[in-house]
Amino acid sequence: MPDVRTHEPDDHDNAYSGLLVGDARWAFGTDFEDPLAGVDTTVPDGVDPAALATYCLMLGDDALVLSQRLAEWCSNAPDLEEDIALSNIALDLLGQARLLLARAAAADGTQVPTLPAGSPVPDEDRLAFFRDDLRFRNVRLVEIPGGDFAETITRILLFSTWRLALFEELAHSRDAVLAAVAAKAVKELTYHRDFAGRWFLTLARGTDESRRRLLAGLDTLWPYWTELFETHGVERETAEAGVGVDPAGLAADVDVVLDQVLAASGVDRPALPPLAGVQGRKGRDGRHTEVLSRMLAEMQVVARAHPGGHW
Amino acid sequence: MSVVAEPEPEADPEADPKAEPESEAQLEARFQAVIARKDRIEPRDWMPDAYRRTLVRQVAQHAHSEIIGMQPEGSWISRAPSLRRKAILLAKVQDEAGHGLYLYSAAETLGVSRQELTEMLISGRQKYSSIFNYPTLSYADMGTIGWLVDGAAICNQVPLCRTSFGPYGRAMIRICKEESFHQRQGYELLATMMRGTDEQRAMVQESVDRFWWPSLMMFGPPDDASPNTAQSMAWGVKTHTNDELRQRFVDMTVPQAAALGVTLPDPDLVWNAERGAHDFGQPDWDELWAVVKGNGPCNTQRVAHRKRAWDEGAWVREAALAFANGTGTGTDDNDNDNDGTEPA
Repeated sequence: MPDVRTHEPDDHDNAYSGLLVGDARWAFGTDFEDPLAGVDTTVPDGVDPAALATYCLMLGDDALVLSQRLAEWCSNAPDLEEDIALSNIALDLLGQARLLLARAAAADGTQVPTLPAGSPVPDEDRLAFFRDDLRFRNVRLVEIPGGDFAETITRILLFSTWRLALFEELAHSRDAVLAAVAAKAVKELTYHRDFAGRWFLTLARGTDESRRRLLAGLDTLWPYWTELFETHGVERETAEAGVGVDPAGLAADVDVVLDQVLAASGVDRPALPPLAGVQGRKGRDGRHTEVLSRMLAEMQVVARAHPGGHW
Repeated sequence: MSVVAEPEPEADPEADPKAEPESEAQLEARFQAVIARKDRIEPRDWMPDAYRRTLVRQVAQHAHSEIIGMQPEGSWISRAPSLRRKAILLAKVQDEAGHGLYLYSAAETLGVSRQELTEMLISGRQKYSSIFNYPTLSYADMGTIGWLVDGAAICNQVPLCRTSFGPYGRAMIRICKEESFHQRQGYELLATMMRGTDEQRAMVQESVDRFWWPSLMMFGPPDDASPNTAQSMAWGVKTHTNDELRQRFVDMTVPQAAALGVTLPDPDLVWNAERGAHDFGQPDWDELWAVVKGNGPCNTQRVAHRKRAWDEGAWVREAALAFANGTGTGTDDNDNDNDGTEPA
C-alpha cells in the first residue's frame, strides 16, 4: 500500500497530505459543532427562562427563514458579485440563527422537540428541522417568496434597517449571551444595510424598468412592514426584564434611516395598509402565510427522514 | 515575465524607444525562451495567437466549470440536514462563484470579456467539465463531490499553479488552497455519515458507486485519444498527461476509501507491486463522449439554468451601468422629493 502522503516536493499545498490525519480541526466547519461551546448560558436573575427562550426563537427564526430565502439566490443572481454578496448575507443570518436557537435551547430545554432516545441531533437542529410551522416565531416579512432582485434588495433593506436598530439596543441586554450575539451581528447587519441601500438607490435611479420593479417590490413588502414594530407579549416581558427589546420603541430611529434612503432614491412610502392577522395572531404567534409550511417541508426533508442521523 | 529570472535588458523594448521593432521570429524566440526556463508569460508580453486561443479556451472552460458546478451542490443548500452543514455547503458554493470570478478575470487579461464568455457558455459554444452533467441525488453526494470530484480537480489543478501564463497560475494557487478545504469538508461529511446509521452508510456507498467512474473521466480521454495534450505540454500550459494524473488520483484515493470503509466499484482495481501503482479498469468512454456531446443526464438543465439566471439578471446589470454612467432615471437633477413616479 503506498503512502498517501507521498507527493512531489514542489507540489503546491498537496491536498492529500493531511486527509487521513486525525486532526478534528482540519476542515472548515469542523470546529463549530456547538455554537455556544464554552459559553456560560445561565439565565439572569428575574428572567423567565421560557420567555427568554421564546424571544430567542423569534429573533433566531427571523434570521433562519430569511437566510433560507436568500440562499435560493445561490447560482441565480444577476452577476457573480451579487451571487457572492447574497450568499454572504445568508451565511451571516444563518450564523445568527444558530446562536439564537442554541441560546433558546440552553435557556429552556422544554421547547426543544423530542427525538427517539439516543438521537445525536443537536438542539439547534431539533429546533430548526423538527419544529412545525405553527411553532415558528418569525415575522411574515421574511418568509414570503423572494420575488425578483429588486424585491430581494428591498426586503434586505427593510429587514436589516430594523434589525440593526434592534440589535444595537440588544447589545446592552442583561443576558450576556444575547448581548454578545447582538454585538457581533451589528457589524454584519451594518454591511447588509449598506449593500441593500446602495442597490436600492441604484435600482431607483437606474433604468425605467429597474425603478418600476423596485416600486412594485416595495408595494409587495410594505403590508408586512408594520408587523415588525408590534410588541408581542413575550417581547414586552423580556424587554421589561432587561434582556429583550420592545420593537415599538425602534420606529422613530428606523424611520429616519429609511426615509434617507427613500428620499435619495426619490421614492415615497407606499400608502398601503398593514396586513391583518388571523384573529389578531401573526408571525410572532406562529400564524404565518401559506408558504412557510411548504418552505419548511423542503428545508426539513432530509433531517426528518433521519431522526437518528449523524451529520 | 516575473518571479524566476530578471528580464534581459536588451530584450526590453521600452529601454530604447528608437529601437527597431522586433521581428515575429525574435518575439517567438523570446517567448520560447521564457517557456523553456519555466518562467511566466504575462498579459502584455507577446504570445503566439494559438497560445492565446488555447488559454482562452482552457481558462474559460475552467471558469464555466466553477459556475456550472455551483448548481449540482447548490441544489441541496435548501435541504441540508443540519444548520452546520448548511453553512459549510453555502460557503463552499460561494467559493465556487469566487473561483469563477478570478478565472474570468484571468481570461479578461487575454482580451475577452466575462460577458462574451458567458454568452459562449449559454449558447453552447464553450464547454465546462462534464462531471457537472451528472445529477446529485442524495446529501451524501455533497461529501462524494468534495472527496472525489474536488479531489480529481485538485490533481488536475495543482500542476496548473506552475502553468506558464501568470494570471492563470496565480489564480490557481488561491483556488487550490480553497479546493483542498472543500475536499476535506467532503471527506469529513462522509466519515461522519459512516459513523451514523445503516441508512446513512448505504447512502454513502451508493453515492460513491455513482461518482467513481465519472470522477475518473474528469482527467479526460486516454493519452492516445487526447489531441490537444502534446501542444499544451510543449507550451507549459499543461504539465502532466491525462493518464499520469488519473493514475495518481487512483493511487491516492484507494487508501482513503479503505479508511472510510467504502468499496470502490471496480473489480479490476488491484495493487500492482511491480509497477508500484494500482491497476484499474477503464471507464465507459462512450458514456463520456455522450455527455461531452450534450447528452448527459443534466446538460440541457445546467445550461438552461445558467441562461435563465443571466437573462433574468440583464435588467439589473443595465440599471447598474446606467446608474454608474450617470445616465440613469432621474439622475440629472435633485428630484429627491418627487412622487415616486417617473422623474422628468
